[in-house]
Amino acid sequence: MSRRRKFVAGGLVVVAAIAWLIWAGVSQSVVYFVTPSELLAAPVPSKTYRVGGLVQPGSLKWEPKTLDLSFTLSDGKASVPVRHKGAPPDLFAEGRGAVVEGAWTGDGYFKASLILAKHSEEYKAPHDGADPGYKELIKSLRKEGAR
Amino acid sequence: MIPELGYGATVAALALALWGAGAAAVSARTGRTNLLHSGERAAIGVWVLITACIALMLYAFLTFDFSVRYVAFNTNRGTPFYYRITALWGALEGSIVLWAWLLSIYTLIVVVQYRRRQPELYPWVLSVMLGILAFFLLVMTIPAPPFERLSPIPPDGRGLNPLLEDSGMITHPVALYLGFTGFTVPFAFAVAALIVRRTGEEWITITRRWTIIAWYFLSLGLLIGGWWSYHVLGWGGYWAWDPVENAAFMPWLTATAFLHSVMIQERRRMLKLWNLALIFLTFGLTLFGTFLTRSGIIGSVHSFTQGSIGVFFLGFLALVLLGSFSLLASRVGRLRAEGVLDSVVSRESMFLLNNLFLVAAAFTVFFGTVFPLLSEAVRGVKISVGAPFFNLVNIPIFLALLFLMGVGPLIAWRRASAENLKRNFLKPVLAGIVVAALMRALGVGNALVLTAIALVVFVAGTIALDLFRAVRARRRSGDGWSAATLGLLLRQNRRYGGFIVHLGILVIALGVAGSQAWSVQTEVTLQKGQTVDLAGYHVRFDGLSATEESNHAKVTGAFTLSNGRRGETVLLPGRKFYPQEQTPIAAVDYRLGLLEDVYLVLGDFARDGSQATVKLQVNRMVSWLWLGGLVLTLGAALAILPEARKPA
Repeated sequence: MSRRRKFVAGGLVVVAAIAWLIWAGVSQSVVYFVTPSELLAAPVPSKTYRVGGLVQPGSLKWEPKTLDLSFTLSDGKASVPVRHKGAPPDLFAEGRGAVVEGAWTGDGYFKASLILAKHSEEYKAPHDGADPGYKELIKSLRKEGAR
Repeated sequence: MIPELGYGATVAALALALWGAGAAAVSARTGRTNLLHSGERAAIGVWVLITACIALMLYAFLTFDFSVRYVAFNTNRGTPFYYRITALWGALEGSIVLWAWLLSIYTLIVVVQYRRRQPELYPWVLSVMLGILAFFLLVMTIPAPPFERLSPIPPDGRGLNPLLEDSGMITHPVALYLGFTGFTVPFAFAVAALIVRRTGEEWITITRRWTIIAWYFLSLGLLIGGWWSYHVLGWGGYWAWDPVENAAFMPWLTATAFLHSVMIQERRRMLKLWNLALIFLTFGLTLFGTFLTRSGIIGSVHSFTQGSIGVFFLGFLALVLLGSFSLLASRVGRLRAEGVLDSVVSRESMFLLNNLFLVAAAFTVFFGTVFPLLSEAVRGVKISVGAPFFNLVNIPIFLALLFLMGVGPLIAWRRASAENLKRNFLKPVLAGIVVAALMRALGVGNALVLTAIALVVFVAGTIALDLFRAVRARRRSGDGWSAATLGLLLRQNRRYGGFIVHLGILVIALGVAGSQAWSVQTEVTLQKGQTVDLAGYHVRFDGLSATEESNHAKVTGAFTLSNGRRGETVLLPGRKFYPQEQTPIAAVDYRLGLLEDVYLVLGDFARDGSQATVKLQVNRMVSWLWLGGLVLTLGAALAILPEARKPA
């Protein structure tokens, strides 16, 4: 019986260790996905967020010499200015959805360390003058932001 | 015409599969052999009909028959011949057809192999396999019909997803699906053995064999997937903890657990319940993976958002898990262990621990994949956990598994004496510590890499020690060194196949550790003639050129790579512009090497060719993954060979 108890105790120790690993892993690496309005409502500086929205037409600026990329992400209600170091990734363009990961700086812009420009089959770029369909966009971006 | 023929074949195959499953089950209950033969004929008929579906689909692709929606949505007139064939499984509906076809082939193999040899289990196995086949045919009939008609017929198709235009498209999905569908065979045997209450030893042999086969293909599929990611996606990585990768990795982990714990059952008649549960879990995870990636609830490169298919998969998954586990519960009385655990320091407990860690790894992967969904459903908050979570949680687990990989195969059964431990492990442990200390002295500072190296050397040491002793023993009977080694590998192919798989894993582990710790990259904009330096390499930008391919335009940058020692080579990364895509797609160029790869991605460029932005990476030890993968698959192939009769 005591041998059996030893095995059970050993197993419990391992299970507890793994549960602790998972808990620590989640609390350290969880990133919240927010829309531009949600971010601007209560930005916590230097906390990591994922922000998803539409790259506003006319807002994209790309400076190859310095690798400075800047654009505005919008959800129709609010827009977040984003800056990033590096060339625009594949599938990234004005008028399309993008998810950026990074942190809000005190200087009034979002510093992105990662841009996820995903090929979204659900989202079609809106036609001129049509409703840009932000709801649909955010919905589909949320899915992709889950990665 | 093709849509109607294809749909007709699908419905007929579904009817036949249902009939065959029912007939085989009734014959199993009543012993009516004519029904069993009817079930067998149904299995052959199902295979013929699904093959006809594939032939029709190929014909539609090759003749640009855009009246088939699937063809119109996944090719256009410019798609090269080769990719018009692989487009067959390039998207949801076609991949289900491939799945069903491979499953029908496995079913035929089972018919041929076991109709005489396993008269008791065989009718149930046939029934279960045809039942599962019927489910996939149902998916092909209702939620994901591959032969749906498109009207009006468009003049040209939409084209294939450009990322899928790669030679890996022929091997990666086929290997992966051979693995996924392969787990149906052990599942069917497990169910059959429980139903007829023959949970003795013969089904274990068959199940283990088939699990290794499926595991072999799944490993191959995962490795080719990593290679595809590395050379196509242009981010310089091979594994991203993408939900689809996770979906394939989870059953791999539980199947690996089964392949180990089944040895305990063979040797000590223990863990019977656990082994059956692992088989059910593995099969369930293959379905869950398909649900995850094909239902559109998670975004990923591989997922094709679709409506009702998720409901079908979730329903079937629930049915399979409920059915198999309640069957298991009803037979618990017959599955009691005949042996007992004697000591914590024994092979049994090491294998138990190995199983605990493998299942825990599968659980953490499951948790990380599903947690964001749960969080949104329950709290309405959208979060992501991503690669940092998986790395943080899995690295300690995998290091522990590496350690057990060294201990498990050599430690004594029942109770290991201090003498046994010293004899088997003292030298390998010392070797691991010495090598790690040497590497430390040579300037390797990364603690994780040092730990990995120490463990790898330890495990390799135990394998070398074991092999050396066994070969020496054989040499006493007069063989030369090479004859003794070869004889050993062939005679004890299971044991040494397993060791070779372990060696492959060690090489992969070094590749993962080295590439994570030592890879470097830079991003820079170059003027024509300008050079960027990284890690001793010089890359000079020589200019841009544009070409017109059959279905896309390509801008190619010419770069000269030199490292001061060997001569210069030219790297030609490009960007491909597909009319159906609004933005270009990178075409990576690279030079692979044993210790480091040079990896160059063309980003933005000036239209006049005067400047280009590039991402240059020097990726260390990535080739070890592919080499280790080769070793691993060779070992698995050796283990699959029929076991030679033990010498008298």
